[in-house]
Amino acid sequence: ASGAQGPALVEGVGLGMAGADSDDSLYPIAVLIDELRNEDVQLRLNSIKKLSTIALALGVERTRTELLPFLTDTIYDEDEVLLALAEQLGNFTMLVGGPEYVHCLLPPLESLATVEETVVRDKAVESLRKISHEHSPVDLEVHFEPLVKRLASGDWFTSRTSACGLFSVCYPRVSSTVKAEIRQHFRTLCSDDTPMVRRAAASKLGEFAKVLELEYVKSDIISLFTALASDEQDSVRLLAVEAGVSIATLLPQEDLETLVMPTLRQAAEDKSWRVRYMVADKFSDLQKAVGPEITKNDLVPAFQNLLKDCEAEVRAAAANKVKEFCENLPEDSRETIIMTHILPCVKELVSDTNQHVKSALASVIMGLSTILGKDNTVEHLLPLFLAQLKDECPEVRLNIISNLDCVNEVIGIRQLSQSLLPAIVELAEDAKWRVRLAIIEYMPLLAGQLGVEFFDEKLNSLCMAWLVDHVYAIREAATCNLMKLVEKFGAEWAQNTIVPKVLGMANDPNYLHRMTTLFCINALSEVCGQEITTKHMLPVVFKMSNDQVANVRFNVAKSLQKIGPVLDSNCLQTEVKPVLEKLASDQDMDVKYFAQEAISVLSLA
Amino acid sequence: MSSAATTPPSVDKVDGFSRKSVRKAKQKRSQSSSQFRSQGKPIELTPLPLLKDVSAQEQPELFLKKLQQCCAVFDFMDTLSDLKMKEYKRSTLNELVDYVTVSRGYLTEQAYPEVVKMVSYNIFRTLPPSESNEFDPEEDEPTLEASWPHLQLVYEFFIRFLESQEFQPSIAKKYIDQKFVLQLLELFDSEDPRERDYLKTVLHRIYGKFLGLRAFIRKQINNIFLRFVYETEHFNGVAELLEILGSIINGFALPLKAEHKQFLVKVLIPLHTVRSLSLFHAQLAYCIVQFLEKDPALTEPVIRGLLKFWPKTCSQKEVMFLGELEEILDVIEPTQFVKIQEPLFKQISRCVSSPHFQVAERALYYWNNEYIMSLIEENSNVILPIMFTSLYRISKEHWNPAIVALVYNVLKAFMEMNSTLFDELTSTYKSDRQREKKKEKEREELWKRLEDLELKRSLQSDGIIPT
Repeated sequence: ASGAQGPALVEGVGLGMAGADSDDSLYPIAVLIDELRNEDVQLRLNSIKKLSTIALALGVERTRTELLPFLTDTIYDEDEVLLALAEQLGNFTMLVGGPEYVHCLLPPLESLATVEETVVRDKAVESLRKISHEHSPVDLEVHFEPLVKRLASGDWFTSRTSACGLFSVCYPRVSSTVKAEIRQHFRTLCSDDTPMVRRAAASKLGEFAKVLELEYVKSDIISLFTALASDEQDSVRLLAVEAGVSIATLLPQEDLETLVMPTLRQAAEDKSWRVRYMVADKFSDLQKAVGPEITKNDLVPAFQNLLKDCEAEVRAAAANKVKEFCENLPEDSRETIIMTHILPCVKELVSDTNQHVKSALASVIMGLSTILGKDNTVEHLLPLFLAQLKDECPEVRLNIISNLDCVNEVIGIRQLSQSLLPAIVELAEDAKWRVRLAIIEYMPLLAGQLGVEFFDEKLNSLCMAWLVDHVYAIREAATCNLMKLVEKFGAEWAQNTIVPKVLGMANDPNYLHRMTTLFCINALSEVCGQEITTKHMLPVVFKMSNDQVANVRFNVAKSLQKIGPVLDSNCLQTEVKPVLEKLASDQDMDVKYFAQEAISVLSLA
Repeated sequence: MSSAATTPPSVDKVDGFSRKSVRKAKQKRSQSSSQFRSQGKPIELTPLPLLKDVSAQEQPELFLKKLQQCCAVFDFMDTLSDLKMKEYKRSTLNELVDYVTVSRGYLTEQAYPEVVKMVSYNIFRTLPPSESNEFDPEEDEPTLEASWPHLQLVYEFFIRFLESQEFQPSIAKKYIDQKFVLQLLELFDSEDPRERDYLKTVLHRIYGKFLGLRAFIRKQINNIFLRFVYETEHFNGVAELLEILGSIINGFALPLKAEHKQFLVKVLIPLHTVRSLSLFHAQLAYCIVQFLEKDPALTEPVIRGLLKFWPKTCSQKEVMFLGELEEILDVIEPTQFVKIQEPLFKQISRCVSSPHFQVAERALYYWNNEYIMSLIEENSNVILPIMFTSLYRISKEHWNPAIVALVYNVLKAFMEMNSTLFDELTSTYKSDRQREKKKEKEREELWKRLEDLELKRSLQSDGIIPT
């Protein structure tokens, strides 16, 4: 609760201060600190989460002089408590007396930034970054920057790792001498002995480059980037890739070729698949960063290689980028490049040996049709779509179906419908329920694109069959699907096609199917409207109130509660109320409970 | 209406809970390899005569040639390519294995770089991504290395080479250097347990023979573990590395260097937090106990460390922790025990009252351990008050009769140990509970007042209540 009241509370300190100091005696620090020391971790955690309340009770001065020293000294605790503490301290500026005193928060956060647990450390760094902005330039140099330096030259790797994230927030606001020191520290950390620190430095390299003056980007950052990108550990090299993208955006076009491209080219051919994967994964960003000329000359061949990589993981990452890459190609040569360089690779990927690759491709390939236009789509892409619709892996087919809308815009879905149907039917009956679930979710979309006639003829029976699936999640999704279909096709269609079938299930020998009728009614009553609900659905619900299975009976009560608002008050009083009253005196506890609940919610008592 | 009833599709039984989803037998490709350097052109090796068929003077020269030939790496993912040459390399490797085992005088100085080069070409490679998306060593079958027919012989050869009587570390250290070791350590992430087993032997030999590399090896293992604990939680060779460390720790000289103590506290203890602890717990516990046998003064930081990382939700891990703790208690010195008994028994008391009977049972088994019992007896005046509340409560309300029976035994043991204190605790049990409840209530009131204050001030700041 204290979190929600955060801002208001902070203002309150300022206003209430003078008058409130007097009742401090009510809350001796010892009592509050006892709470923070409670033997039960959970209670300790609760107290830490309400640290702002405690600080408020103490007032700003005692928070600074008593609470913060206590927190700094007792930093040894469970990581969960430390995490909460690190987070709290990031919002503590007003509670210690405003920006003027914000540096009081540095000592505890400094300790937290050196603990082993990554989550705690990251949170401490986040809070430090946050409060760095609240420091005046002078305080930044007097208090904050020395802290960064201490962390950067700490003995254990944790503090040096944390330091990496703090350089960029202080650099822009300090004097040029201090700036030079900061750059030196960053350089040192980039060649640190432990790979953990080098990884941290590599991951912050791009961010640091952004706040540096261009001349230093060229002199310092480039050499660091080059070194990290050829680190002996692939976990470091791959982080340099992302930094490379950021650096490329900072440099003028004419410097890219000499300063960044050699390293990036090397990364795209790295002997470790993890690095190549990273290049593939960042390909669109890279493309935007280096501009159209380098894209044409360098990135197109590199992308082709990634699409043909020997490691499936890399191919899948590249396949994922096919659409974005093509979209961002310079317009003058886009079509030629796609047709002559990219499409041949794409064709091969359609029959890749690895299903993740095929499925990654299937999730984007449809997007190419908008880029290539109607004729190319019909001639070149359509055969690929059709092949993927027949793929042995359900995920591939599913990904094609889920992106039908792109093709629909270009060539109309009819071109595909003959192949579509068998694919949909097969997915609808897939042995994995998650696959069935996924296809159900696309039904409303398909129905909209294929039209009501096609739907009634080919797909309606599938939708009804799902209602009796043996997996509850499927039945539930099928129910929801019906509602969406009715929203699309209207109440009249519902009355003629699905309502009779749904209501028929009320006589099914399987009680789970009978309950499905109720769930459908819950979902449909509102979209079908009062007339259909009252005339057709309600009698069935009433009849089911005599069901021999208690679960069905209490679901009748729940359904009545649910559809009550759709009915008119006369019907509620004269028909619904007696049924609920009867259920309220049922032998079964649950039936009684839900009947009573319905009575009270519908105000029928 | 009833005519419209859908005929339920085929198999549905009236039993709503029939399970017709048949899980397809997992399709698994149990082979993988990331060796693709040879992609493309077929490899041609010109057959050489057998070493035993040439004169003794010619042998060293031929040996080098054969080593060079074995640098050719084949693509085993393509089972049909280069069949003849694969077979040739296999037989050559076999010949080399025999040769380094039995021959004398073959190891010329020129041979060292060639051996290391051949081994490096074959074993050093980027390990392939795991076949299963999230490889779970407890559930999934490991992916086996496709090139194993060659790889195994290369490892075999390398080990014989390192163990050979003629092997001279002083020459080899030029080639088996830090970079070599670093790449070797990365291979421990291999999913193939056969490979990790060979690597274990190789690393062990290198650690034994190259004194100059020891500190470096330890440091790099540190880095691997730290990365495993704090960054990825994924590394297949943790158990193997710990096994090697077990024997390394065994050989540490006394007094222990600060570096080694730091390794214990900052690396080995945090290893307990990893999700897959069960895969290497035995080896880890062995290392810990080794340390404590070397230097009993480390007991307190170790036990405090375990208590800090005590599992909150995973009962299986809790059982492992209790097992390890018992191993530690088996070797604990009474003076150390006294230092740690309070926090320790607070935790044991929580375990004893765990609703998970395996946890409770494991903790209660401590009372079957004679040495632990003797320690408890000596300190019963401290331990009994800590344990009493839980024991008393469980004896009344634990759901599992076996646990209740065990608790009765423990209570009985305590009664015999220190009947005066036991009676005292029994008689004050009720009033103690009441006092606790009262304290709890006071706590709640304190927080209520604090929250009122907070509310009041926020109202003031909104100008609703004038200050």
